[in-house]
Amino acid sequence: MSRRLRRHALGALGGAIVLMFVMVGLLAPWIAPHDPLQQDVGQLLQPPSLEHPLGRDDLGRDVLSRLVVGARASLQVSFVSIGLATVVGLAVGLVSGYWRGWLDDVLMRLMDAVYAFPTLILAIALVGALGPNLLNAMLAISVVATPRFARLVRGQVLTVREREYVEAARVAGARDVRIVTRHILPNVLGVLAVQAALTTAFAILTESNLSFLGLGVRPPTPSWGGMLRLGYPFLEMAPWLALAPGAGITLTVLGFSLLGDGIRDFLDPRLRR
Amino acid sequence: MRRYILRRLALVGPVFLLVTIGVFSLVHLTPGDPLTAILGEERADPQVMAALRVQMGLDQPPPVQYARWLGRVLQGDLGYSFRMRQPVAQAIVERVPVTAQLAFLAVVISLLVAVPLGALSATRRGSWLDLLSSTMAALGSSMPAFWLGVLLILVVAVQLRWLPPYGYVRPTDDLAGNLKAMILPAITLAAGYTAILSRLVRASLLDVLDEDYIRTARSKGLAEKVVVLHHGLRSALLPVITVIGLETGRLLGGAVVTETIFALPGLGRLAVDAVLSRDFPMLQGVTLFMAAALLLSNLVADLLYGVADPRIHYE
Repeated sequence: MSRRLRRHALGALGGAIVLMFVMVGLLAPWIAPHDPLQQDVGQLLQPPSLEHPLGRDDLGRDVLSRLVVGARASLQVSFVSIGLATVVGLAVGLVSGYWRGWLDDVLMRLMDAVYAFPTLILAIALVGALGPNLLNAMLAISVVATPRFARLVRGQVLTVREREYVEAARVAGARDVRIVTRHILPNVLGVLAVQAALTTAFAILTESNLSFLGLGVRPPTPSWGGMLRLGYPFLEMAPWLALAPGAGITLTVLGFSLLGDGIRDFLDPRLRR
Repeated sequence: MRRYILRRLALVGPVFLLVTIGVFSLVHLTPGDPLTAILGEERADPQVMAALRVQMGLDQPPPVQYARWLGRVLQGDLGYSFRMRQPVAQAIVERVPVTAQLAFLAVVISLLVAVPLGALSATRRGSWLDLLSSTMAALGSSMPAFWLGVLLILVVAVQLRWLPPYGYVRPTDDLAGNLKAMILPAITLAAGYTAILSRLVRASLLDVLDEDYIRTARSKGLAEKVVVLHHGLRSALLPVITVIGLETGRLLGGAVVTETIFALPGLGRLAVDAVLSRDFPMLQGVTLFMAAALLLSNLVADLLYGVADPRIHYE
């Protein structure tokens, strides 16, 4: 029982972190204490102080404000790319798993092909081909994330479609579209929610990797990966520049992972171990 | 068993073909002229450009271009990098040892940490050690590799001055110097991997310890240590083989970031440099090479798993 409580508490903690991240991202322009783009050449690399709790960067900009506004970029990239990957993956998985046949073969080989690339390499290659910016980073992340949803949904559909009530609906003359939307889809949504939370963690990590490599959000717009990239050369002089955004990424990714695990435990108590 | 191997091999062909189509299309995804993408920033006069277009077959329809390109790739010709002024295949061959050494060290470190940690937390479920290992696993998989790398450089290299912060030494020049330069990158790359492996060893061992033959071993009066180490861990490590194969992609992706932070001249760095300098032949070559390496390692992992566990059959 205590273990169960602990798992629920961890899930709730994850939920709280995610909620905080979303709120900060949404309210960023109003809660940032200073203008994140305002430079001050007289105050370069100032250490943390009361006025600037996380110090100032190499252009004299307030690091806390950049961190807060940077959350917005992570929020935007992860939600748009995971939203897109969920919709496409759901459609592919439903079609593949329900109708089977040659279409299933073609779609699944396509997903296998996407999966055959190391994810970050594929994301880098796509961003490289399309041009390094925020929009293309979102597109690349949704492409590499789609097979995760498609395979999961397909597997779930394969088991659900054999159940008796689906058989009954079919015998009663229900059309395929109705069976899929009324009987199969609701059974898929649970695992989809878990996967969406876990894959959002992946998306935030991937976006920060891309921005760190200079292939994501373009400066001067602040993003956590980009802040780390800019802080890296000043590691010895001003370590706070790299520490703050890294902590932001780690905490947020941890939040989504805990939330995903929490939802899974809640939906399927057998997996509690 | 032969059927399983044949079916598994038959799956690789179509996937590899799709991968090559994807890699070939990269150049055509770029806005603008593919020839400019291949040449990089270099501009030649229009007559030379026109001649090059014909010489490289870019005046042909895309399927013809693809077939010719695939033919060359299958013969080991990955094209020419006008940026680096060398054949792509040659650049890749030069970089492979760095990435291979980094990945190998990372896997060794992961196994050395993850197997004992996973086994201990499975046998002492619910203890503080189990909690600690869960926490470490959660942190390890949430922390971006570049941040861990930065933290390690900050503490171990900058504050303590134990190891060099970055740079590469060839093992043939100075083996000790090479290992010193590779330790921090290998730990950085190993962190996320260790998190996954230790959770896997734990879950897998917990499953195995519930099995009848373990109960039999215990009822024979064998010491718990012998039961866990000889009977339990041996079968619990089976899925670990597969995961090491399947997670090669994570290693290769992680190598990109790790090599960038620690300034190691490996494949990942080559890919990033190719993107930043818009060197498309190089980008295509490295991407294809890494995808092929991942396909191969997945295949080997599946086959090994099939050989190691006779219960596995291909459905």
